[in-house]
This record gives sequence, structure tokens and C-alpha cells, in this order.
Amino acid sequence: MNWISNYVRPKINSLFSRRETPENLWTKCPECGSMLFHREVSENLNVCTSCDHHMAIAPRARFAALFDGGVFSTVPVPEPVADPLHFRDQKRYPERMRAAQRETGEHEAMLVAQGEIGRTPVVCAAQDFSFMGGSMGMYVGNAIIAAAERAVESQSPLILFSAAGGARMQEGILSLMQMPRTTVAVEMLKEAGLPYIVVLTHPTTGGVTASYAMLGDIHIAEPNALICFAGPRVIEQTIREKLPEGFQRAEYLLDHGMLDRVTHRKDMRDELIAIVRMLMRLGPAVRGDLPAPDPVEALAKPAAPEAPDTRASEPAEEAKPE
Amino acid sequence: MTHYLEFEKPLAEIEGKAEELRALARTNEEMDVEGEAAALDKKAAAMLADLYKGLTPWRKCQVARHPDRPHCKHYIEALFTEYTPLAGDRNFADDHAVMGGLARFGDRAVMVIGHEKGNDTRTRIERNFGMARPEGYRKAIRLMDLADRFGLPVVTLVDTPGAYPGKGAEERGQSEAIARSTQKCLQLGVPLVSIIIGEGGSGGAVAFATANRVAMLEHSVYSVISPEGCASILWKDAEKMREAAEALRLTAQDLSKLGVIDRIVPEPLGGAHRAPAVVIENVRKALDGLLSDLSEKDRETLIKERRSKFLSMGAQGLAA
Repeated sequence: MNWISNYVRPKINSLFSRRETPENLWTKCPECGSMLFHREVSENLNVCTSCDHHMAIAPRARFAALFDGGVFSTVPVPEPVADPLHFRDQKRYPERMRAAQRETGEHEAMLVAQGEIGRTPVVCAAQDFSFMGGSMGMYVGNAIIAAAERAVESQSPLILFSAAGGARMQEGILSLMQMPRTTVAVEMLKEAGLPYIVVLTHPTTGGVTASYAMLGDIHIAEPNALICFAGPRVIEQTIREKLPEGFQRAEYLLDHGMLDRVTHRKDMRDELIAIVRMLMRLGPAVRGDLPAPDPVEALAKPAAPEAPDTRASEPAEEAKPE
Repeated sequence: MTHYLEFEKPLAEIEGKAEELRALARTNEEMDVEGEAAALDKKAAAMLADLYKGLTPWRKCQVARHPDRPHCKHYIEALFTEYTPLAGDRNFADDHAVMGGLARFGDRAVMVIGHEKGNDTRTRIERNFGMARPEGYRKAIRLMDLADRFGLPVVTLVDTPGAYPGKGAEERGQSEAIARSTQKCLQLGVPLVSIIIGEGGSGGAVAFATANRVAMLEHSVYSVISPEGCASILWKDAEKMREAAEALRLTAQDLSKLGVIDRIVPEPLGGAHRAPAVVIENVRKALDGLLSDLSEKDRETLIKERRSKFLSMGAQGLAA
């Protein structure tokens, strides 16, 4: 026992578990208004138990439910230059960053992980809408490039969960440059002959939709997710007419040929396993309660240079049972 | 009739006075106004130089959007010969916001593609103010593909407020069209040179400007969002566009420091619209240089260099 285990670790744990302990035990569904028991909602992957509304889910919680046995290792992401433009609106950009880090307990708006789904090795990246609207800046660009590089290195598919309001304005032109940068990452996968599957979640808009989110080999969306380039408000102001019901929602895009599928969150894992295994020319997955893969084996994979981020250096994390 | 921008109002007064004096002298032969008019001219010239010496970012946006600024069509007509427009995306329509076709630049056959804003009410509506729809980007993809297969360099002229935010555009996949156009830029095995001649508006610009070399006119702008849009989101007040323009670092000078663009093409004093022939000549020289730089490179090198250029972008921020 030393000061790290006595002081630092509880501090870090409290930072991480903060959002898992609700202030009260009830959550209100923003769609149907039902009062829901918090534990039931999180067990149901943040999908409303009464109306099936898909609420936001944090990348860690998503990964915990996605990977076999909830085991995954995070892929380190190179840290970009902080506040490259010295941007200041009503607040300074670094202040906004710190506030987002405090609120979410996360370092940035994207988390990259490696592990197995249905015993199929995959790399996954998930965008965190609660972190400054999931906005795409240098870090998110670096994360997608790191994810693609890791996928190529380990010859595994990349599954990307998108959720963002668009580019991060506080990084100005450099956020815009993430459109070509992330497209280069998509090209790497394409060249390596590896599947790139995009799961579009609510909301995916702006420069994110107009780059990596619309370049997948397969596009799957969560029900009722808003997916667009220009938001409905901007369009209404431009064309001065009311937009049709369900405009720019997942089902609407499916009808207009922009998506392959709209899939309920509880079916997503099975569907991803099936798709990935077929594209990788593997046999069908064995059904049943799969034990977690041997953590030693997972550790033995070559690790890229460790990022300064302390959490990234944790080799594997076990999902905490809720 | 010169169109004056808001910050040019004092200049408009002086130039107007000189003009009036000369008009008076034309009707009345006995009056000698040349001395006085020349003095006013001198004063106006000094004021013009002063105004344009240190244009604020917001003023640059205004100059970049000046209605008399030379547009894509002017450059294509002046810089190229044998321009042969090619139309349509072979799927849905021909988007008039995007011009493109085969043309000769000096001896070189090239593919030229650009956004066209229009110059009067009729052409502006026809061109949709330079805001392309998915079929515009899909036309560009088709033309880039054609150029690639026949080994022709591609020149793009960027001048758009952004991609069109409309119902049909969304239904036909605006995002996907932009993403595919950017992807096509990255796949080209021929030189791709892009010149931002006015407004480089967000994704609508990136779709054309993911190039081996990107040049910007001295008073053009290139940004992730318009200053007005940024102000209304971050300041909750669209009137704060001056502050937003400042914070976004959207000028050619800042983007050059950030390594996002490769070259700044000088404009005549008072902006491109004051002497279109001069700026067109400057663009000719720049384009010639940039295309010559790339002419010896093979397919693989062009693709590899373009990729690594964008991958390494943003490694450095602005110095404190």
C-alpha cells in the first residue's frame, strides 16, 4: 500500500465512475417521458425500456457491452498540439476542454480499442457526443488514423461508431483538415483489403458525415439517429419551408439509399459479428456464452509506443458489473 | 459603377468627388479641374493603400465575397484555351454551381473544375451562388476520374460559401458526395493543383482542395465555418462575426503559417476586382510554377506525397 493505491487510484476511480452513479436512481426518457429505473436503462444499453428510444451511450460502456466478456485494450492515440490557434470565443478553448474532461471523465471525444467480438479480432473507435458534441479536431483525426494503422497492423476490420455535431470550430482550419486526413485513414484500410464498418449513431452531422462516416464499406445506423450534412434548422432557414416528418432520420436515409441497415442497439453486436466474419471469410461464430479471451494473449500483441495518457497504458480493462 | 464595401465608404466619397469634378469639366470646357482632381486621386490612392495595408480578417471575408471579384468563369476564359465544358453527373442532373471541362493551359491539356457564383441576379440564381449540390460533386468526381485515366493534370478553382443546405441535396446524399469527392482527390495519380480564388467554404471547398499544391489569393479566405455561423454558435450572436473571423484564422497569411496552404498569390492594391487582368496574370504564373513542380512525378509519388501532406498537417500550431 502506498500513496498511489491509497490516494491516486480512488481519485481516478471516482473520476471514472462518476457518470455511472446517478444523482437519483431514476432517468427520464427524453422521447416518451417515462421515468425509468436507472439500472434497467443501463442494462438495456441506454435504450428506453418503454419506447425503445436510443439514448447516448458512452464509448466505454459501448465497448464493455460489445467486446467478448467486456474485455478490450485501448489503442494509444498520439497527442496533438493543444489549442493550436490560441482560440478564444466567450471562453478560452483550453477552459472548454478542461470542463469537458471534468464532465465526462474522458480525455477527448474519441476512444479507440482493440479486442474480440465473437472471437473475431477487431479494432473499434467510438465517438463521444457528450465530449464537446463529439466534435472532430486533431485528436479525433489522430484517433481514426491510429485505429486504421492498428487495424492494418493486426489485419483486422475497423468498426467505427460515429456521433458528432461536426468539426471542432475551436481548431479552425485544422478541424476542417480532418476531413482529408481521416479519408487517408479510410484509404489505408481499403488498400489493405480490410472491412471498414460505420455505425452511425445519433447525431452524426456536418464534416463528420461528409468524410469518414459516409465512406464505410457498410453503413449501419441506430434507429431514429439524425444523420445529415446540414442540420434541419439551417435547411428550414434556407428554403423557408417545413421539412417532412422523419427527415434526415436513419429510416429516412435508409429509404433514400444512404444506409445498408438500421439496427437496434441490442442486436448490433450479433449483426457486427456476422458481417465481420463473412467479410473476413471466417466460419460462423459459435453461439453461446463465450468466456473472456485469455488476457495474457491479448497482452502479447505488439503495443505501439505508449501515449502519455495514463489510461491508454492500461493494457486491458474489465468492465465493471453494474 | 464601382461597388464599395462598407469599410471603403470614405474612399468612395473621395473617388466620387474626383469623378464628379471630371464629369463637370467634360460639360464645361472652361473649367480646369485637373489639378484638384489629381489631388483627390492622390488622396484616394493613399487611403486605398492604407485600408488594404492591414486588412482585418472580417474585411478580408468581405473582399473575398466582393460581387465584382473575378470568378471561376473569368479565370477559365482568361487562362485557358480550347475550354470544352463537360456536363452532368450521369445520375441525376448537371449542377451549374460547378463548372468543369477539358482545357489547354499553355501547351498542357488539363481538366479544370471550379465553383462559379455568377455575376448578376440571373446568373447567381442559375449558379445557386456557387453552392453545389451532390450532382456538382459527382460531376467533379467523374471529371477527375476521366483526367486520371488519360493522364491529365487537374486544376480546381475554389470559390464557394459552402455546399448547398437544401432538402433535395440532403436526400441525394450531400455528405456522401462530398466525402467521395475528397476521396477521389486523394486517389488521383495525376497532379492536382487547387487555387482558392475567393471563399473556401468548409467541406464544399475541401472536396476540391485536397490537392498536391494549394494556393490562395492574397485576400481570399478558407474556413471550417463562416464567421457568421461560428459567431451564432459560439457567441450566440451572429453580429460577433468580426471576433469569429479573427479567432478562426481564416486568412491566406495565417493558413500559410499553419502549413495548410503552399503559396499566396498576390492581388493588386484594393483587391482582385480593381484590376482583374493583374490578378489573372499572377494566377497564371503561380499555376504554371505549381504544375511544373509536379510534372515530373509519377503516379505513386503523387498519391503518396498528397497523402503524407495531409497526414502531417496540423503537427504544428501557430507560434504563441
